Amino acid sequence: MKLNLRVWRQKNADAPGDMATYEVDGISSDMSFLEMLDTLNEELILRGEDPVAFDHDCREGICGACSLVINGDAHGPERTTTCQLHMRSFQDGDTIDVEPWRAAAFPVVKDLVVDRSAFDRIIQAGGYISAPTGSAPEAHATPVPKADADFAFEHAECIGCGACVAACPNGSAMLFTSAKINHLNVLPQGAPERETRVLDMVATMDEEGFGGCTLTGECATACPKGIPLPSIAAMNKEWLRATRKSRR
Amino acid sequence: MSYFAYTTGEPVKDTKAPDGPVAERWDRRRFEAKLVNPANRRKHTVIVVGTGLAGGSAGATLAEQGYRVVQFCYQDSPRRAHSIAAQGGINAAKNYRNDGDSVHRLFYDTVKGGDFRARESNVHRLAQISVEIIDQCVAQGVPFAREYGGLLDTRSFGGVQVSRTFYARGQTGQQLLLGAYQALSRQIAAGNVEMHPRTEMLDLIVVDGRARGIVARDLITGRISTHFADAVVLATGGYGNVFYLSTNAMNSNATAVWRAHRRGAYFANPCFTQIHPTCIPRTGDHQSKLTLMSESLRNDGRIWVPKAKGDRRPAAEIPEDERDYYLERIYPSFGNLVPRDIASRAAKNVCDEGRGVGPGGQGVYLDFADAIRRMGRRAVEEKYGNLFDMYARITAEDPYETPMRIYPAVHYTMGGLWVDYDLQTTVPGLFAIGEANFSDHGANRLGASALMQGLADGYFVLPSTINDYLARHPSSEPLDDTHPVVAEALAETEDRISLLLAVDGDRTPDSFHRELGELMWEFCGMARSEEGLRKALERIPQIREEFWRRIKVPGTGEEFNQSLEKANRIVDYLELAELMCLDALHRSESCGGHFREESQTADGEAARKDEEFSYVAAWEFRGAGGRTQGEHGTGTGDAPVLHKEDLVFDYVHPTQRSYA
Amino acid sequence: MAVSGLIMLGYLVAHVMGNLKVFFGPGEFNAYGHWLRTMGDPVLHYSWALWLVRIVLLAAVAAHAVSAYQLSRRDIKARPTAYVHRRRGASYATRTMRWGGIILALFIVWHILDLTTGTVHTGGFEEGKPYQNVVDTFSTWYGNVIYIVAMLAVGLHVRHGFWSAAQTLGVGSARRDRALKLIANGLALVLTVGFISVPVAVMTGVVS
Repeated sequence: MKLNLRVWRQKNADAPGDMATYEVDGISSDMSFLEMLDTLNEELILRGEDPVAFDHDCREGICGACSLVINGDAHGPERTTTCQLHMRSFQDGDTIDVEPWRAAAFPVVKDLVVDRSAFDRIIQAGGYISAPTGSAPEAHATPVPKADADFAFEHAECIGCGACVAACPNGSAMLFTSAKINHLNVLPQGAPERETRVLDMVATMDEEGFGGCTLTGECATACPKGIPLPSIAAMNKEWLRATRKSRR
Repeated sequence: MSYFAYTTGEPVKDTKAPDGPVAERWDRRRFEAKLVNPANRRKHTVIVVGTGLAGGSAGATLAEQGYRVVQFCYQDSPRRAHSIAAQGGINAAKNYRNDGDSVHRLFYDTVKGGDFRARESNVHRLAQISVEIIDQCVAQGVPFAREYGGLLDTRSFGGVQVSRTFYARGQTGQQLLLGAYQALSRQIAAGNVEMHPRTEMLDLIVVDGRARGIVARDLITGRISTHFADAVVLATGGYGNVFYLSTNAMNSNATAVWRAHRRGAYFANPCFTQIHPTCIPRTGDHQSKLTLMSESLRNDGRIWVPKAKGDRRPAAEIPEDERDYYLERIYPSFGNLVPRDIASRAAKNVCDEGRGVGPGGQGVYLDFADAIRRMGRRAVEEKYGNLFDMYARITAEDPYETPMRIYPAVHYTMGGLWVDYDLQTTVPGLFAIGEANFSDHGANRLGASALMQGLADGYFVLPSTINDYLARHPSSEPLDDTHPVVAEALAETEDRISLLLAVDGDRTPDSFHRELGELMWEFCGMARSEEGLRKALERIPQIREEFWRRIKVPGTGEEFNQSLEKANRIVDYLELAELMCLDALHRSESCGGHFREESQTADGEAARKDEEFSYVAAWEFRGAGGRTQGEHGTGTGDAPVLHKEDLVFDYVHPTQRSYA
Repeated sequence: MAVSGLIMLGYLVAHVMGNLKVFFGPGEFNAYGHWLRTMGDPVLHYSWALWLVRIVLLAAVAAHAVSAYQLSRRDIKARPTAYVHRRRGASYATRTMRWGGIILALFIVWHILDLTTGTVHTGGFEEGKPYQNVVDTFSTWYGNVIYIVAMLAVGLHVRHGFWSAAQTLGVGSARRDRALKLIANGLALVLTVGFISVPVAVMTGVVS
């Protein structure tokens, strides 16, 4: 396959950026999208040009590092991570636009690499259960109904890639935040910190400069792990409940 | 002096492991270890490099205990460490199934699974701690799979006959890592952990014989800085990426452990690498990494190849009686659930016979047709859905309709920095935990044991042993960049980076990595021979020499430069690869994942030579004078020195492993 | 946003029911208009109840507008750089919430000046004769155009707004999602058809 790539190039956080055009040839449909970019980068290095910087690591769709907006879609046309997107999803001769995540809370570091540390700070605000090592009771002391365990798991699957924020026209992080809150708040182990968790995490989310939710649903459509949109409603419920309780 | 001409030095001894009954040793060690008063802990700084299962859990736990922790990871977030990709599960001797499991059985299975090349004391401790890990993780909210009654579910894994593997669908590593990451996040928020993401350790600072800090590079700005502490913990994972193609993450690397090795830490059993039997076969030269299909699939999937050589018919057209379910045939009692080394080698053998399937004949079938018939498609989906989806996405084949094609791939390295019972390396104050050390898996790791070991080390072992070292060294002189040792380490790192940028040759970092990887896979992969290893040992210095002549790294050192990161890691692979081959050459027996063609039984199984090789091979680096990089940074210096640690088996008597 | 929106939505439901009385002739419609002012009698003075409703509504409109403004500002700030490759995103109703809201705000002003105060009414506005006033308004082409466009906007706004409000208030869940969407679509359809039926009836001469 021969492809026309238009890639966002930006030297560093402070430099202006622009789309640059590249032609890549000899692309196999079995290649992953990132392997296609590897091919481009090999050529760029030999030509003495700066290769395109992009985040990637496990290339198995689980670490959440890869983060490209391809033809306007976070992670591209398939519902998966960029690293698991294969070139068979494209046609010979296609022009493909590759851009970084766009959000005020995710400033560009270089080219297609962005700074997602705001997500870490949201988790630091309360996305945990305080269980210091050694303090745990026997694992079977508290059975968890399968339905609750499954609900927790469904939300715990979030890989923190940030596609939800990238896809949201408002740059909102509600889906990410709700995924962690729902995972922990439904479990009996998470109950003691249930209220502070949601209040603190939502407050931090707001402080980090993420936009507000207008329920466009773009986040859930882009989520490679299928975190469902009603997750946000469940978080809102938790937040309202916590707000009421904390007033008492 | 040639690298072949290694010398044998003084034997090395694990001086920390207590005597007495194996089941009481851990308690004894914990009691005998000196403690640090809670009020004094804040005065001790511990550097932890890496945030995977071992590093994340260690950082969180040490901070909970009151130490000041400074932690590093090259990823943009501690949540992305490669432990996250572990799929299948974590072992624990809970015996919830009442199927005859016990701490002793897990201990026995692990020593036997490791082909009798691990320490009994360590493995028993691991088995004891396994039960606490599950409790800890459940308390943290790790969403393990549960049954309808609300209790934890388990499944079985290779090399064992009990069902002791706890799992969270096909994402157990992810869920356990997020648990550790969340605990760590809590400590970061509390100000007890100072976290440096996107920062890579490039050297170890050893002052007066003690590990006192690291040299690190900020991957965004390129700034090289020093960080000081009272102890340094390496939790930087394995070195499987020496092979270029492996199931490791693209950026997983050996730099931290190799730099520590160059600074005096012995490297143990470097040739012990695990080739995982169930990976998706490669599709072409563009391949950048290999993807694992969880071992748990072998619970219900059946592995087969056609009976006839060169049978090119599609799987569906090959009738039942023309299929060879070779694992079930050769190993009737364990069947498809034999340990990884055995399953991998069997796959290689049938492919070498010309019975492999798929492009190039480099694959075997993993068939779920029977499972779907027996359990129904829905149940199979429920259990393995995400793995099937991943397979379909990568190969564009539907595993519900046609059998998966799998082939072995490099997955894990049992070798690593030599550590004593306290997990301390031969450099006082330098500890290595998780895959970065060599300790618990011998020559072959059983499935679902890596997560167990990483968390055991990080949550429980290190936080109970590091105090002994810190208590014995209550005060350290303050250091800064003007200290001659520090200044030298800093200068060496800066020089190496300048050198890489200055070559401006005509080959990319990846082209060298790929070349080295192919060489290692061919000669130091699934089967090794003296002839091949000698060839590799001749070739590696040539590649290294060419590397320093022809490498091209664009850009500068003062910016975000992924090519520079890569090239700098390859420098270390090019040295480590040589030690791996030397270790493989010197160990002329077969054991576990290390299969020497010269040493096999009549039916092609690995033949151990216990009288000769029942030891841990701990290699000491011999640098060439002060400039550890050698002349023009192109050599590894003198031949290394081998120190043997004899293995003693009081409880599990070494026998020829049998899974038939 | 959700609470004020739901108050207005409640009002709209009452409003459309009242509007439909126009099909029962001037007598009943005008009497209904009169009843709106005598609601609560004799406890409340003439038109007090109506004023109460108006105050609540005004507060709701103001709250809705202020939060919409704040939310929009925050959202625009959170996404300062647009993608070069633009693509069509969520449903039409979702994408038009902002503009739809502005259209509706302008419409409400016109609607009050037209049929409550009569300021911009065409053809002698008479207090207490709502039936005739309605017929007058919908006898002009622009009256019809403004009204119908606005009512289509109402439909779209309610369609996304009702479902969104449910999510904001934490009522939404995977299980209820279908039902909520059904109700949202139903409400949008009933309101739009109900409101538009009046100008259509005037135009076709069913109401005159």
